Amino acid sequence: MAVLNEEQEMLRDMARDWATNESPVTEFRKVRASGEPHAYNTDAYATMAEMGWAGVIIPEEHGGSDFGFLSAGLVVEELGKTLTASPLVATTIAASAIVLGGSDEQKAKWLPKLASGETVATLAIDEGAHHDPSAIETSVSGGKLTGKKAFVHEAHGADLFVVAAKDGLYLVEKGDGVSLTTRKLTDQRSHADMNFDGAAAEKLEGGGDSLLDDVLDRARVLTAAEMLGMAQQVFDTTLDYLKQRVQFNQVLATFQALQHRMADLFADLAQMRSAVEAGLQAVDGGFGVAHAATIAKAEANRVLHTISNQGIQLHGGIGMTDEYDVGFYLKRARVLESAWGSSSYLKDRYAKLASY
Amino acid sequence: MATQLEPDIHADEDAFRTEVQQFLAANFPDELKNKGNALAGVDGPTDETPAMTAWREAVGERGWGTPTWPKQYGGGGLTKAQAKIIDQEFAKAGAYNPIGGMGVMMFGPTLLEYGSEEQKMEHIPPICRGEIRWCQGYSEPNAGSDLANLQTFAEDKGDHYIVNGQKTWTSGGQWADKCFAIVRTDKSDKHRGISFMLIDMDAPGVEVRPITMISGTSPFCETFFDNVKVPKANLVGEEGQGWTIGKRLLQHERTNISGGGRLASMMGQSLGDIAKKYGETDAAGELADKVLRDKIADFEIRWNSFLLTARRAVEESKAQGGVSEISSVLKKLGTKLSQERSELLIEIRGLQGLGWEGEEFTDGELEAVRGWLFGKATTIYGGSTEIQNNIIAKRVLGMLDHQ
Repeated sequence: MAVLNEEQEMLRDMARDWATNESPVTEFRKVRASGEPHAYNTDAYATMAEMGWAGVIIPEEHGGSDFGFLSAGLVVEELGKTLTASPLVATTIAASAIVLGGSDEQKAKWLPKLASGETVATLAIDEGAHHDPSAIETSVSGGKLTGKKAFVHEAHGADLFVVAAKDGLYLVEKGDGVSLTTRKLTDQRSHADMNFDGAAAEKLEGGGDSLLDDVLDRARVLTAAEMLGMAQQVFDTTLDYLKQRVQFNQVLATFQALQHRMADLFADLAQMRSAVEAGLQAVDGGFGVAHAATIAKAEANRVLHTISNQGIQLHGGIGMTDEYDVGFYLKRARVLESAWGSSSYLKDRYAKLASY
Repeated sequence: MATQLEPDIHADEDAFRTEVQQFLAANFPDELKNKGNALAGVDGPTDETPAMTAWREAVGERGWGTPTWPKQYGGGGLTKAQAKIIDQEFAKAGAYNPIGGMGVMMFGPTLLEYGSEEQKMEHIPPICRGEIRWCQGYSEPNAGSDLANLQTFAEDKGDHYIVNGQKTWTSGGQWADKCFAIVRTDKSDKHRGISFMLIDMDAPGVEVRPITMISGTSPFCETFFDNVKVPKANLVGEEGQGWTIGKRLLQHERTNISGGGRLASMMGQSLGDIAKKYGETDAAGELADKVLRDKIADFEIRWNSFLLTARRAVEESKAQGGVSEISSVLKKLGTKLSQERSELLIEIRGLQGLGWEGEEFTDGELEAVRGWLFGKATTIYGGSTEIQNNIIAKRVLGMLDHQ
């Protein structure tokens, strides 16, 4: 765990208490059972926003607390531990696009509403099943945006979309010319293919040529923070289980084969935490962001992949049941591994950044 | 001089920095610039030139090779901040620390903690001056990972012991003046029957035979003790306390193996850059061998997250005032990754990367081959990876022993 200041510790403790007491995995089960397409509890999200969590990276003048990405990551990590379904990550990433690229008017119009939770926003970048920001066909002509976006996170609940077109990022409001088709994925969260057909669009003119990459790097580190919470939770739950489950008249935790596997996972998790926290800190520090964010998401992908698989294996048969939570982490894990860069995408990006 | 209740730390540090710079200007011989310290390695000494001797004596006299050790035993008696300044200024000047070896890395810190006043006065000052080489008498043919199974026996003869037995993997044993050893003083108790004592390597009955390793080098020895007389004054701590003291010393060893700057400097050059020299690149300037490129990136990402973990362990230790729980994983991760890097380096160079000798190979290529082979030892010594896994599982994760 990175060394935190007092504000950050308070924020993390508050998020931990709330997630543990008010938003355990049973709450996610309720969301799933409700079958509602937006797939989160709107009252719970309103409470989260009231606690200030939607404004952690938003400047104070626009209604946020401007604590930065490490702080936002602490909250997201705690929520990831209990699989709390909410548009917090999507909205925070979309807000960062406006913070980086928005005009004063755009900031004044949207950031206070995002910070208060009144407006939900999300990124719409990719046009296929794989993350590929170099293959964007969406175009804008005369302020009207046309194109298709695939597997947009939190699309059903979103009022505002930050959409990648060939020549940059645009803000598009829900409404005329915007339609969606639900794509139900294993994580039972909100995903949709979107069709923008001459939808009114306003360009984010600021942020320079690297705006899209900068926003995606923020998406990568914050998604990695959610994955870190999930990996930590699966590890902790699995360790507890090994200490309780008895076979051959021994608790499983006494078997050396399992001890060594857990030692390996513990080391993996240590690397993942270091990489993710360093990624968040790099965004706050504004130095070496692309490199650090690539490492953060690549390590998050690698380690959560392994831990989510081992979580099932080490639980044995009970891990295969819907009644037990560990399977939910596996099903969310793969969706997030794919988001904003699979392992192969990120390795290619790492090599490109290092000029080989 | 007036006594200051609250000294101006920054002014003091600036003054000290100037003092170090002046010392370097006056004492560091140009001809040694960017050379390594022969005494610090286990590959054996090179003959000391007069310049090297003068440099060792100059640093040793001030205790600056062991800057934070107490002054009364020959250390520098300096603060950590001052020690850092010495590091920085030496590095800037291309000067090596001529005081090193196992005496500095492992034995000295342990003796300062457990030794008697007489022992500290006798043994620490020569370490600080770089006059004495120490070696480690721990492993035996039947006591490797199960170290407490050691059988070398020290029989009580009143004012001295008579030691019989065999040690192995004695790093630098052929060049050492003295040996810190754990030996059995009681055959009835596995752990509490072990004592920590100091043995002169030139005492009658000590025989050393270098072991040739797969890398072709002989950094390790077998050491035989045949009725070797060891005065009781050379017992460190109490009889039976050797296991406790010996384990404490191993913590210093692990810190040195995993976190060491040696590892970091070894990893300096990007494998991608090396691969571009040895292989084809495509129109985009990328490695044409995409499979290899993927392997290199995969490795370098994990290597980066290891470095970040090492840094985090230091930050956490400082903030908590104790050892971070992730320190336990550093040895395991660092050694595994450095082995992986050596393997990748061979894959990048092909057969040009497997040269044993000959002018057709560069020094760098030949060193990498020997390093690859010798590096296999890193996951075995200092507590093998399997032992580290036991430690992590039991001490950190609270997984129990078989009942």
